[in-house]
Amino acid sequence: MTGTLNLVGFGLSAIGPAIATGMIFAAYINGVARQPEARSVLQPIAFLGFALAEALALFGLVLAFVL
Amino acid sequence: MLALSNLRAEGDGFVPPSTNDFNLPPIFESVSWFTKPVLLVFLSVVVVSVFFILASRKAAVVPSKLQFAGESVYAFVRNDLARDVIGHDFMRFVPYLFTLFTFVLTNNIFGIVPLLQFPAMSHVAFPYVLAIFTFFVFHYVGIRKQGFFKYLKEIAFMPGVPKPVYILLTPIEIATFFIVRPLTLSLRLFANMFAGHLLLLVFIMGGDYMMHDSHLIMKLFSPFSFAFGIALTFFEFMVQCLQAYIFTLLTALYIAGALADEH
Repeated sequence: MTGTLNLVGFGLSAIGPAIATGMIFAAYINGVARQPEARSVLQPIAFLGFALAEALALFGLVLAFVL
Repeated sequence: MLALSNLRAEGDGFVPPSTNDFNLPPIFESVSWFTKPVLLVFLSVVVVSVFFILASRKAAVVPSKLQFAGESVYAFVRNDLARDVIGHDFMRFVPYLFTLFTFVLTNNIFGIVPLLQFPAMSHVAFPYVLAIFTFFVFHYVGIRKQGFFKYLKEIAFMPGVPKPVYILLTPIEIATFFIVRPLTLSLRLFANMFAGHLLLLVFIMGGDYMMHDSHLIMKLFSPFSFAFGIALTFFEFMVQCLQAYIFTLLTALYIAGALADEH
């Protein structure tokens, strides 16, 4: 079996963004559950935070292929 | 189309999909730059233009189905993205945001349209160009609004911060505005499309390999791989819409940041 250790490293590095994404959406759901009117205010913020956290995982993916 | 023909070319033993699956050969032998992604980008321009020209041509108070579809997309970009994020004076930026959103969305969705099945944004050059546009737009807007030196000063020396902190903050702020923002904007879109296409390739190519394997048990399990590929196609559809939304949302946020008066 052949392969590259980069992908193992990528798997490890994806843990952080995965937890972050979970926390962001947990907070978003909490916020909407407590105050349903705030949904339209919270939605862009939640997706922005999600995008920023997810970017880290995707940089790891790109680096796993590039390096 | 081309991806399918690549499948058989590999010899025996399962070869997992790699970055090589993204380097497609030119459509005509003699024109080396005219590859499938380039064709798809041209096609997306035609599709978007024709759709919105048809949708807006016979505008009526009681809209037809086509007009309603076109106006829904426009209203989404204008109200939910431009107006809510940029605030007053948002109409100037609606054409840019709308073009960006529809162009990225169409190109992304080409990734799961049968026969086309290739997201052009999985080649990093296309997101780079879009991010460079956004980079120039939001800096231009900021410079026009505040003047060149005042704008740079606002970036480098954020007001309301104790003096010693600037040693740490100024390099970070400058890097954020001039390097990190365009880079993350383009790489996010690229990596999402790249990873999504690779994921679909793994399941479809895996199913294809198992179907042609000599063992019966492998043949029996290949439909599961295909079924998973189909399920992930729907997941990809969600990701593709989300990424088009996020790209436009971030552009709007950067413009709003450049327009906002500090203090």
